[in-house]
Amino acid sequence: MRFHFKTSYDQDIRLFPDWWNFSLYALLLVLLLVMPWLIDDFYLGEMTNVLIWAVAGLGLMILTGQTGLVSLGHSAFMALGCYLTVNFMDTGMPFLLAFVLAGVVTGVVGAIVAIPALKLHGVYLSIFTLALAILADDIIVILDHWTGGVNGIYAPEIWIFGFEINRWAMPASWYYLALGTALFVTLIYRNLLRAPLGRAFAAVRDSEISAQAMGVDVARTKTLAFGFSCAFAGMGGALMGLFAGAFNNETFNFLLAIQLLMMIIIGGLGFIHGAFLGAIVIAFLPQLLAIGTDTLGINSVPGLETGVFGMILIAFILFEPMGLYGRWLKIRTWLELFPFARRDMFRRQKTYLKTERLR
Amino acid sequence: MSLLTLENVTLKFGGVTAVNNLSMSVNEGEVFALVGPNGAGKSTVFNMISRFYTPVRGSIAFDGHDLLKRKPSQVPSLGIARTFQNIELFERATVLQNLLVGRHRHRKTTLVEEMFFIGRTREQERQHRHAVEEVIDFLDLQAYRDKMIAGLPYGVRKVVELARALATKPRLLLLDEPASGLSVEETQDMRWWIDDIRRQMGITVLMVEHDMGLVSKVCDRVLALADGAKLAEGSPAEVQAHPAVIEAYLGTAAISKTANAKGERV
Amino acid sequence: MDVLQLLLSGLANGCVYGLVALGFVLIYKATEAVNFAQGDFMMLGAYVMVGLVNPEFLGLNFWVAVPLALLILGALGYLLDLTVIRFMFGQSQTSVVILTIALGYVIRFAAGLIWGHEPVNLHSPLALGDVRMGGVVLSLADIAVIVVTLLMTLFLFQFFQRTKLGLAMQAASQNQMAAYYMGIPVRRVQGAVWALAGVVACVAGILYASKGTLAISAGFIGIKAFAAAVIGGFGSLPGALMGGIIVGVIEPFAARYLPTGYSQIAPYALLILVLVFRPHGLFAQVRVKKV
Repeated sequence: MRFHFKTSYDQDIRLFPDWWNFSLYALLLVLLLVMPWLIDDFYLGEMTNVLIWAVAGLGLMILTGQTGLVSLGHSAFMALGCYLTVNFMDTGMPFLLAFVLAGVVTGVVGAIVAIPALKLHGVYLSIFTLALAILADDIIVILDHWTGGVNGIYAPEIWIFGFEINRWAMPASWYYLALGTALFVTLIYRNLLRAPLGRAFAAVRDSEISAQAMGVDVARTKTLAFGFSCAFAGMGGALMGLFAGAFNNETFNFLLAIQLLMMIIIGGLGFIHGAFLGAIVIAFLPQLLAIGTDTLGINSVPGLETGVFGMILIAFILFEPMGLYGRWLKIRTWLELFPFARRDMFRRQKTYLKTERLR
Repeated sequence: MSLLTLENVTLKFGGVTAVNNLSMSVNEGEVFALVGPNGAGKSTVFNMISRFYTPVRGSIAFDGHDLLKRKPSQVPSLGIARTFQNIELFERATVLQNLLVGRHRHRKTTLVEEMFFIGRTREQERQHRHAVEEVIDFLDLQAYRDKMIAGLPYGVRKVVELARALATKPRLLLLDEPASGLSVEETQDMRWWIDDIRRQMGITVLMVEHDMGLVSKVCDRVLALADGAKLAEGSPAEVQAHPAVIEAYLGTAAISKTANAKGERV
Repeated sequence: MDVLQLLLSGLANGCVYGLVALGFVLIYKATEAVNFAQGDFMMLGAYVMVGLVNPEFLGLNFWVAVPLALLILGALGYLLDLTVIRFMFGQSQTSVVILTIALGYVIRFAAGLIWGHEPVNLHSPLALGDVRMGGVVLSLADIAVIVVTLLMTLFLFQFFQRTKLGLAMQAASQNQMAAYYMGIPVRRVQGAVWALAGVVACVAGILYASKGTLAISAGFIGIKAFAAAVIGGFGSLPGALMGGIIVGVIEPFAARYLPTGYSQIAPYALLILVLVFRPHGLFAQVRVKKV
């Protein structure tokens, strides 16, 4: 059992509360940095995939986990980020600039799109965003001059400061690109959380009415949440499309948005760790299932992945709504308190649903 | 000097007149109470000051500013803070985070500063934390600082809500039924706190309260409302003795009884 | 005549959307939950019917199979509530939404496993004949869809307004705790609602399968039905039907008069417009939170 004495406000303000915590994350970072020497190219590709999903997942997490707005349409913004990056690169812009600029533009577009949706609550917002995702699919086909329509686009060569990022020739280069992006996004996410804006997100999520009474401008906060969320999702989408090598409207189908939402719920809503844990599940589940069907000696079952994914999600919503990270927190608390943890410590309070619909 | 002034304010919900031609004024430095039976329009008055509702007629002014020209989220920046009748805390955040939201109106950082945690952000966070710690000390919330709201008992939540309002460093504090649901000891604490808020912090308090015991102990002036209209105004003792108030609370029979007891006819 | 033909075929399609939308509204009205799997329920109902009727499976008589299929779907709806939805009691609306989305995945997976992923045709007596009126051609199935949908809406509307169970369902949705105190067995009422939603979905499924080819992806019709429900205003049964018809009629007209590529957009563009300008649908119920 580790005691934690706080002696200065800075301990709550800085990124890592103490040396122990800092060392743990430093160790993790070192492990991630030496990963290309530890695992083979196939698994390195899967790790890259995990990090790309995590970037997009962090985007949705800002909106859904922090601000409480459930979007079923983030595939639209992932698509926007991806097509913007490629089109910017076509004008001769270097990759890194095109990539970041595409993220920023996607964020601005997301914020503008959010404005008519500000008054929509709960399920209505989800439907609005779902409609956006379905529209995006058709719009990609219509704008085939820029998007290649149903035929799609082959990812252009990527050069960063004279160094080629190539998935086949050098998998590690892609891995580091994804890792760098994930770290950058995580850092901004963390900074927002410890700044007034992050608290405003939580305030809007938990009670719009009292957020206003505390001087939080709900419309501005929601617009910013959409902006950041879409910017990150756009960067995630750009990486996803470019990593795949070729992409069209089907790549960014609305099912992608739903998968992304399921992923962050399995990982744990409202936690940065949740986005990463969820990404690990979504990236490695197909491998796990393939190994499973192989050992059982069955042919591949169509739709197995999504089916199992659905079942996992149902299990989580029923038994662990806080997701994988929530479960880990409970285990950690149990270990820290051992042997004093009580069984009913984490029991959920009984709640009754009351309509907000008044006649 | 009058800090908050309502003039001829009328609010209607559909065909129902919730507040009818109400005028009142709260002076700087006093504790002012709104009393009245359920449905008299007390909370509605609060919600108009917070700008959740807009009156159909009349004006509301705070320290020379026309409140009706402000959005709800701009009201706190003038120095008005409030609590809610059915506690409205940020459930999935800690007590500390809740109080820090109260500091929202004092932030000076830009979006880019907050994104990269550069410039004034860190120093500002220290200052916010310092201000919040003062409130925590004042209301004895040290034990709950890092606890989630969702797991706190009712009485503590009530105090946290008061603390969150104080963290905004208001000039006017609106308390909606601060003592409802509290035990005798907790009500006693609340009474000392309201006294201290006025004396030590110099904050003007406007409250809605049913507990006449508390009202008569802490309030300078009381305004009684019934059916959205003013019944009586004055010191707690005056209002309690006012025939119209007794009638509104207990009915006409009671008034003749009190009158009979005094040996008079009404 | 051309316009009339488009209108009538749109109407028939719209009625199927309307029926699925009715299922949404039914569950929403009674439990305040939104069942994103309603479209997949419909698909499941259609496949159960295929399993009972088609010669390569059981090969039963169509009219014997109809009540059986309704019963099976009703039972499935009830069982679903009993085993899964009931544990969500009192949880937030969005967790139920996500749960039912996941449920849709599982239903599609299970249906694919049982009936395969090849498109099938239901051997339905409704699929055979055409009716000619002037220059307009309507299939028997289209007429059946319109008639059954109207009857179904009327029945459900009366059910909610007039019967004790219907009123209990409404009460249970608006304030669960108060409904408990009034002696309404909230949980059992919810079970009944899910069973009813299963039956409605099955009706929609049988009609849908009678009109054309059936595939696992038929469940995605739920999204259009969802648009319909929102356009009509969630919580209103006639509204759901109207919304369904609006979406159904827009589609053939858009396909006829808009350039290709733009026509699929029409229903969703309308949905977005409705959400932005009349956020609670054309038959709205007001939403205000009291403090």
